[in-house]
Amino acid sequence: MNTQTELRSPMSQRPHIISKAKDRTGIGANVGIEVNGEKLSVPMGKTILEICRENNVHIPTLCYHEDLCIAGNCRMCVVEVEGMKTLQAACAFPVTGPVKIRTFSNKVRKARKHILDLLLSEHYGECYSCVRNNNCELQSLAKEYGVDGYEFGHVCESRFEIDKTSHAVVRDMDKCILCRRCVRTCIDLQEVGVLEAIYRGYDTMIGTFMDKPLADVICINCGQCINRCPTGALHANDPSDDIWKAIEDPSKHVVIQTAPSPRAAIGEEFGLPPGTSMTGQLNTAIRRMGFDRVFDTNFSADLTIMEEGTELLNRLKSAIVDKDKSVMLPQFTSCSPGWVKFIEHFYPEHLNYLSSAKSPQQMFGAVIKTFYAKEQNIDPKDIVTVAVMPCAAKKFECNRPEMNSSGYKDVDYGLTTRELAKMIRETGLVLPELPKSNFDEPFGEASGAGLIFGATGGVMEAALRTVYELVTGRQVPFKNLNIEACRGMEGIKQASVKLENCVEQFSFLEGVELKFMVAHGTANAKTVMEMLLKGELSDFHFIEIMGCPGGCIGGGGQPIPTSELIRKLRAKAIYDEEASLPVRKSHENPRIKYIYEKFLTDGPCGKLSHKLLHTHYQKRGKFIS
Amino acid sequence: MLVYEKNAVSELVSDLTEKYGKKRSSLLPILQEIQQRYNYISDFAQQEVARMLDIHPVEVYGVISFYAFLYDKPRGRNIVRLCKTIICDLAGTKAIADAVKRELGIEFGDTTKDGRVTLEYANCIGMCDHSPAMLVNDHVFTGLDPETACKILREIK
Ligand code: SF4
Ligand code: SF4
Ligand code: SF4
Ligand code: FES
Repeated sequence: MNTQTELRSPMSQRPHIISKAKDRTGIGANVGIEVNGEKLSVPMGKTILEICRENNVHIPTLCYHEDLCIAGNCRMCVVEVEGMKTLQAACAFPVTGPVKIRTFSNKVRKARKHILDLLLSEHYGECYSCVRNNNCELQSLAKEYGVDGYEFGHVCESRFEIDKTSHAVVRDMDKCILCRRCVRTCIDLQEVGVLEAIYRGYDTMIGTFMDKPLADVICINCGQCINRCPTGALHANDPSDDIWKAIEDPSKHVVIQTAPSPRAAIGEEFGLPPGTSMTGQLNTAIRRMGFDRVFDTNFSADLTIMEEGTELLNRLKSAIVDKDKSVMLPQFTSCSPGWVKFIEHFYPEHLNYLSSAKSPQQMFGAVIKTFYAKEQNIDPKDIVTVAVMPCAAKKFECNRPEMNSSGYKDVDYGLTTRELAKMIRETGLVLPELPKSNFDEPFGEASGAGLIFGATGGVMEAALRTVYELVTGRQVPFKNLNIEACRGMEGIKQASVKLENCVEQFSFLEGVELKFMVAHGTANAKTVMEMLLKGELSDFHFIEIMGCPGGCIGGGGQPIPTSELIRKLRAKAIYDEEASLPVRKSHENPRIKYIYEKFLTDGPCGKLSHKLLHTHYQKRGKFIS
Repeated sequence: MLVYEKNAVSELVSDLTEKYGKKRSSLLPILQEIQQRYNYISDFAQQEVARMLDIHPVEVYGVISFYAFLYDKPRGRNIVRLCKTIICDLAGTKAIADAVKRELGIEFGDTTKDGRVTLEYANCIGMCDHSPAMLVNDHVFTGLDPETACKILREIK
């Protein structure tokens, strides 16, 4: 499926893939090696680093990241290989014969220490004023190797101006160690290609096209580069000071909504293993911090399903019954702002495929400043809405000029999981030890369908549960409502479900094979779009795309580090919690029924919905002026 | 940039892509030819190259900013590059540098007002055995002294 990426990335930037052994001498067959005197039998073709990690031998790395292709540029991972004149980079050395390796000889340790000293000689920044203090790979290596001075000197003046132009990503190139993980992330994983090493020699830096500020080039604000940066050179644009101010201001009613993914990951910031769900504790913490109300974004995820699902059915009807050629199918989801900006830039002629439904964050903002404000008798101008999101792109999304359908800025601040954790730490609260508590009314209940929005495939699964039941009057024909075809970390997934014995209103769908597809990470989104352009998706109906690998649980605002295993554990936390919820379908959420009875009285995709819950997109194009 | 100028650039880039093939390794020859034609590689041309080779504009810019002989801004009709590496330096680059600066009335890195000459330093051009050396466009001049250097500069159009 990845032909596009393969064509594009050069040999050196492709992941190292080990093929299966054909016989006992070829690649993949076992070979006996020695690591620090210990004999091991390992598959030929694996790198020294992989072998050592599997056997609990620690090798320090900086430019290596398991989500990315091998670069071999930092040399932190050097080891001694017997018979070789120079030290070898463990991450880039595939074992092809019986070698003897030493991972911490004097020569190795001296080289690593020199590499660190050289990096530090150009590293301008102080750990105590750095966002990555205590979670920085450079800092921990300095500790590991007992750096106790600057052997090769130290810069005492800043060389670069901090780039704060973007709503999402702040670039502080003084702290960059040129490992190029961000470059590989942005090019290979996301296919956006914002960052690359520019200039040469001592002047080399990670820069943008023509060295422009980040806000002026085509960045989708996904924040994936932040999650993979080993240092504090890239970080998110933090609004927490303003939020603290609003909390202290007695005239402000500060409302917070929390997305499904942060609760599955925020524990990691407090030393818990990945995949520990903190929903109840988080609510308590937020209340104690002084927020007036804490709501569940899952409620508006349910709302999104109602709107997006209805929109899909409307499109199907226009296409099948009215034979309307202007209706675009398949319908693409629109809840990932990174993906939305991606399609606006790279496929501006195909925006009609996108659902017009806003993302859950923006829907909630609009509902809070209209429906909620009226019910509670609060002037919407005094309401401050904060959204806790796993996402950096949400910061850009809430600042889009069109996102003010309540008459005010619908969502005032997008706050990432990491930033919320920082705010909690500032209060001295110990999150894991807090008692659990529930979300506030009137949006106190959300369905499990809303919860699984956090993982890739979740929106599709939630939508199918509702759409299938609306159309046929029966539950989706999957065990325990779990649509396994939507789950898992494969880049592009597809499946179908047959609609039979439809209720009268949807009889036009009788016998239709509803085909759907799920993709995550914008490199995969690009592959899907290329398939669409070639006409290969003409029989598909619904496509879910998430901008970040793994979906929201792998979002650019989530705790660092990230890896496929961590993302899987977070997803598991969400699915496990979901399985135990009483309501697991969006349309059965009583609060959703309530809001359509009391407020959005003309129903999903009605007039008021269109005003508050739907949006339009901009043809941005990819020309950088 | 005017529309018809843009079209001309696009056409050139598309011809060059055809000539050298749509692959990453065609990037350098394509950039060199664009520069030969236009004297520099504009941001529009860079993005056209990126589009046609299906790579990202920043990758093109990364290459241009890496190579000293590729330019993203307009420069003079002629480029004079004086070797600044140590062998030439020992043989008297400094005196030549002072003389040519006075002759042209500009500093290194600048272009004369009439757009006739851009003056630059270059790293070793491989003429150490005939140092000091200087490049004028594609021509090498060796064994220079301040007077000859100025004389050569006076002769270029
Ligand atoms: S990037 Fe790491 S080493 Fe540098 S100042 Fe920040 S914490 Fe310290
Ligand atoms: S935020 Fe995303 S698109 Fe922007 S530079 Fe980082 S990885 Fe690239
Ligand atoms: S910004 Fe971060 S990820 Fe990118 S090269 Fe610098 S240190 Fe590495
Ligand atoms: S981790 Fe191996 S060279 Fe950087």
